[in-house]
Amino acid sequence: MNGSNLITLSLFILFAPLVGFWFTLILGKKVEKSYLIEIVISTLVLLTTIYVTFTKLFYFPDTKFVSEFTWINLGEMPLLGKVTVELGMMIDNITALMLFVVALISSLVHYYSIEYMKGDKRYNRYFAFLGIFTFSMMGIVLTHNILMMYIFWELVGLSSYLLIGFWFEKDSASDASKKAFLVNRIGDLGMFAGILLIFVNYHTFTFDKIFMAIGNGVLPFNSEFWLTIVGILLFCGAIGKSAQFPLHVWLPDAMEGPTPVSALIHAATMVAAGVYLVARIFPMMTGDALLFVAVIGALSAFIPATIALTQTDIKKVLAYSTISQLGYMIMALGVGSFAFGFFHLVTHAFFKAGLFLGAGSVIHAMHHEQDIMKMGGLRKKLPVTYYTFLIFCLAISGVPLTSGFLTKDGILAGTFAFGLLTGNSIFAITGFFVAMLTAFYMFRILILTFHGKPQDEHKYEHAHESPFLMIAPLVLLAILSIFIFYTANPFNADSGWVLSNWIKTPASVVPEHARYSFMVPEKMQEAAVKTTEHITHSEVYTEALHHAHIPAVLLSLVLAGLGILLAFAFYQWKKIDVDALTLKVKPLYTFSLNKWYFDEFYHKTFVSGLLGISNILAWFDNYVVDGIVNGAASVTRMLSRFSGVFDNYVVDGAVNLTATFSGLIGLAFRKLQTGKVQAYVVLVVFSLVLLLLFFVKI
Amino acid sequence: MNLADFLFYVFAVITLVSAFFVVTFKNIIYSAFSLLLTFLGVAGIYVLLGADFIAIVQVIVYVGGILILILFGVMLTNKIQNVPIKTEASFIIPASITIGAFGGILVSTFINTRWKSMPAELANSTLTDVGHLLMNEYILIFELLGILLLVALVGAASIARKQ
Amino acid sequence: MTSIGLQHYLVVSSILFSLGLFGIVTRKNAVMVLMGIELILNSANINFVAFARYGNFGFDGQLIALFVVILAAAEAAVALAIVLNIYKNFSTVNVDEIDKLKE
Repeated sequence: MNGSNLITLSLFILFAPLVGFWFTLILGKKVEKSYLIEIVISTLVLLTTIYVTFTKLFYFPDTKFVSEFTWINLGEMPLLGKVTVELGMMIDNITALMLFVVALISSLVHYYSIEYMKGDKRYNRYFAFLGIFTFSMMGIVLTHNILMMYIFWELVGLSSYLLIGFWFEKDSASDASKKAFLVNRIGDLGMFAGILLIFVNYHTFTFDKIFMAIGNGVLPFNSEFWLTIVGILLFCGAIGKSAQFPLHVWLPDAMEGPTPVSALIHAATMVAAGVYLVARIFPMMTGDALLFVAVIGALSAFIPATIALTQTDIKKVLAYSTISQLGYMIMALGVGSFAFGFFHLVTHAFFKAGLFLGAGSVIHAMHHEQDIMKMGGLRKKLPVTYYTFLIFCLAISGVPLTSGFLTKDGILAGTFAFGLLTGNSIFAITGFFVAMLTAFYMFRILILTFHGKPQDEHKYEHAHESPFLMIAPLVLLAILSIFIFYTANPFNADSGWVLSNWIKTPASVVPEHARYSFMVPEKMQEAAVKTTEHITHSEVYTEALHHAHIPAVLLSLVLAGLGILLAFAFYQWKKIDVDALTLKVKPLYTFSLNKWYFDEFYHKTFVSGLLGISNILAWFDNYVVDGIVNGAASVTRMLSRFSGVFDNYVVDGAVNLTATFSGLIGLAFRKLQTGKVQAYVVLVVFSLVLLLLFFVKI
Repeated sequence: MNLADFLFYVFAVITLVSAFFVVTFKNIIYSAFSLLLTFLGVAGIYVLLGADFIAIVQVIVYVGGILILILFGVMLTNKIQNVPIKTEASFIIPASITIGAFGGILVSTFINTRWKSMPAELANSTLTDVGHLLMNEYILIFELLGILLLVALVGAASIARKQ
Repeated sequence: MTSIGLQHYLVVSSILFSLGLFGIVTRKNAVMVLMGIELILNSANINFVAFARYGNFGFDGQLIALFVVILAAAEAAVALAIVLNIYKNFSTVNVDEIDKLKE
């Protein structure tokens, strides 16, 4: 087995979707079936990716494949020293896992869209956009430096913009695409600033070189504070892309795009890119930066979960649940539970994509009805969709035997252990509370959609199970949501191959006293962790996790069960009157229904504030700047007039004189140009005579 | 003045005077017949230079071939019925001055140059030698000229034929 | 008066050349132009033969004169064909009326 071809194959994985994009787009208007190019390419990419991922994971779990070349060599620069910019690719374990997730969900969404988008007037263009999205996402995953990652980061933003606004005739869709793009820009601005700070300090963009420099004690501006700032700035990119608090407002609106797009981009892959970024830069995150990450993650897990409780649009609920789950992952990374955070990204990608595709199936069956209050009783009409949806709901709620259970409990145990080690248990409390909320709102939409009596008889009558191409991806994703693919022990993933072989927490490179106390090697930790003086650093954390695991599992099981029971009590058995309860907690209900008034708040403060500033600037522009400009214009005009006079009489006079002179000469010589050959011969002979007179002595 | 010298002057005068008439006669037919005399004069000069074969070729080709061709040209290109076969002249004065000066320079150059003269022995007939050269050293050129004449023949026919 | 030598022939040929040139330049009829060209060719031939006679070059000069005669024949044939064509197209053979070069 030789791993040298992996880089070559991943070049194919990267560029084939781009080729597909171009061909589908160019041929799209002429050739009706040009989307088939994109389908075929996506299948090829999936097959290649399966080979690459499993070769990497099974045969080379400890090797890191890197291939790079120097793109720009600036040589010795003043102030900066030697500056080279490398482009390159890197395949390590998390890259391989991420590749697999992206390729699998991308091609499933391709197949699913064949049916779902049937009859759309921009059918081919839709597939072209899927192609460029796949290309950009693969780029983010495969790159080995932060500059290329940023480039692909923006490309992903572009394809997201294109796909959210795919039905741009709808005002809501075009507004949503603009909102997504602009909100993402805020985060990307921070990320860009972080990249610039890194380049100024380390003269490189390559992750490994940056980590090596930090490990050697080179700090930005010689201070740990700035290292924290750099980490937080880079994390800003993740806040935007992964729709974390406070930039989470774009993701629910992004549901205006076609549902398969929501499954691919806004549930499984693109929004996970933020988590991937944090995982990539994890080694250089200081304790303070990680704490910031964890706080943002906790807030993003909690706030959308409360909003999701009251929403009635099935895709909006799923969108908020996505933010909440991403918040989980971010929080897990923030509390140092790297492995579970990333593992949750993988499992979540499968079941959340499945949830969206299931929702798409329901929406398709209900003729584009998205309001769960108008559904109900669809279990009999859409059996396959129902059972797969049920599996996904169980997975996201963290019920045993599902993949979600493994990872979610891992995260909860991680927060629990963090609480044990640092005495800060707010993350654990948030995590457990959100776990209950998640179970509740997921079963709420399940019950309202599939159980009970149909609310809209007409649409119910016409509902029908989706065609094979839409059902098959659901079934496949449901199968992938079962524990057996990740570990043999359904209650503890630690011994499974994913965690024991594939995902390993990278060693931190930041100075020891800037890390979390439990990441510090033995000799430093006495003061921080009183109870575990006798064990080494990695054992501290493992031990704490071990202690935390059983209680975390039990507690989360109880809470998830409670959430599910509550959902059934509210909506299935009607034991508790929902409307009465709503009236009782009216202010809270309205607050949640209106999404904590984030949009209104942003509109009042940032948008209006920006408009106000713009007005002031416009006034300044109109009166001050324009005044200066106009004054300058008057002066220029006077100068011009003088210059014009000079031009007209002196310069033009000289020019005209030359022209007249040339004209006169021409007039004289024109006579020679008679067009008669004989006249020319005379001239030739005459010239010859002159030459002879000059050269020959007579 | 021996006979050869005398004959030279006779032929030279015939050549030049008839050539003068060629370029000055108004009537093109007269010019053509003057040209006949010029060619004959030149042939005489060739004989005096000991080039008897060239002289014969001159008479056969020029007088018998080219001149007849020219006469055909005259007949085919002038409407004999109604238009007098006359041509006009142009640029007489500038041409006379320029070409007079040119000829003057040429003549004076030739006269003033000190030529290194090494007269060859006059053979009885050049025919044998010319024939040998033509069939040995110059065989390629000879063949090429044959092809050239063929091409010229075909080309002339092709150009002149009615479309 | 010296004996007839190279110079005499050269003078004759140069006068013949000038006359030919004069004919080419002044006569309007294209056939006359052709006659002028024949005169020039003849003057050149006289030069070749004269140099062959007085220059001790063997018979090469004579042979080149022979070739010139042959070329002149070919030239006359083609040139007359062209003149006929011109006559067909312009209904004239007067070269001064054919002043397309001016346009």
